[in-house]
Amino acid sequence: MAPAITLRSAVALLGRFPALAGVDLDVEEGSVLAALGSNGAGKTTLLHLLAGLLPMRSGTGTVLGCDLATDRAPLRRRVGLLGHHLSLYPDLSASENLIFALRAAGLDRALAAPSLERVGLTGRLATAPARELSAGQQRRMGLASLIARRPSLWLLDEPHAGLDGAGRDLCDELVDEAARGGATVVLTSHEKDRAASCADQMVTLTGGAVSASEAGARQLHVA
Amino acid sequence: MWHDAALVAGKDIRIELRSRVLLWQVVPFGVLALILFALALGPSEVALRRGAPGLFWLALLLASVLASGRSASIEAAPGTRNTVRLLGLDPGGVFLGKACALALQLCVLGVVLEAGLLLFFHVDAARLATATPLALLAIAALAAVGTLYGALVAGTDVASTLLPLLVLPALAPVLIAGERGMAAVLAGGGPGRWAVVLVVMAVVYLAVGVLLYGPLEETS
Repeated sequence: MAPAITLRSAVALLGRFPALAGVDLDVEEGSVLAALGSNGAGKTTLLHLLAGLLPMRSGTGTVLGCDLATDRAPLRRRVGLLGHHLSLYPDLSASENLIFALRAAGLDRALAAPSLERVGLTGRLATAPARELSAGQQRRMGLASLIARRPSLWLLDEPHAGLDGAGRDLCDELVDEAARGGATVVLTSHEKDRAASCADQMVTLTGGAVSASEAGARQLHVA
Repeated sequence: MWHDAALVAGKDIRIELRSRVLLWQVVPFGVLALILFALALGPSEVALRRGAPGLFWLALLLASVLASGRSASIEAAPGTRNTVRLLGLDPGGVFLGKACALALQLCVLGVVLEAGLLLFFHVDAARLATATPLALLAIAALAAVGTLYGALVAGTDVASTLLPLLVLPALAPVLIAGERGMAAVLAGGGPGRWAVVLVVMAVVYLAVGVLLYGPLEETS
């Protein structure tokens, strides 16, 4: 497998604070990496760096063949990010938001309906303003966007947060499907057991650096 | 760029139709400002007619700051900003789309304020109608500046207070040219060189916006 992500001594700042302080990371294409760590460990910053949303202060890094120092704009089009916040416009419905994202990406708007259906947002849930959806339903809306856009790199910031049991299972299922389809997935989590079940590799971040690395159950299961 | 501009403009208009911030907040603010200006000038028809062009532009300018802030706030939420940046939209197209949507909203506001001029300031309706092209030019400049500075302050904690401080000085030339041009038209003449000034400002602000919107989004 070719490397999808390579970071060497990567440093990224939030303001003047080094939220990532020398991260080394190798992630293979089509695999799932779980980044664990306590609040403020640098997990979200790592995702934003990998998405090309945050500049790298020092170090070197390539993501999907794009240099993080020079090629962040083309990288972004190939990345999907599920963050903590509602991903698009609260006054538009889930369906309208998804169609906007698809048209912006030059994709067929017909992909919206099956993707929303896959995550359980049908009927009124698909047509009501997104602000009226619960946190879990908004998260499902973000997952629908990933399913429809099929990015090469999925970045999921605590994807299980706010989801009910069925939603968590669906999320794990989608992560596995994406990886089997060739996409690379990086997710963050506070729940080691849950993350281990769907990840090939796990790293623990402490103070903005990787303090531990171990294999996940997905890899062990495959082996 | 044009595809992205149309997409973003359609989205902003749809959001306005859904939220009705212009209808329930910006337009009433502009009308209130115009009424207060009329009350401040007193009952003299001559004074009202003479002050009408300047007060129209002042009311439009102040209300346009509110509309610009609202337009910028649509994109300001952290999740929205990040997601939009990952969609690969052309920054110039995003700027043009947002500026077009804002300009359309300001046109609606302008029509309402012109009706206010007829009601409270006793201006001549036919002459006011001939000033409409001038107003459209000024609105293009207002929308371009509002969108550009809106992007600059978006994401800051002080966006609502910082935006007027930045926008109002930048729009002072539009206020002056709009007032002088409209005063000339209402007096029975033509806008003369003030129309040219407004064309130049609209073109310059739009061009600067297309070029700078991307870098501003990256740094703000």
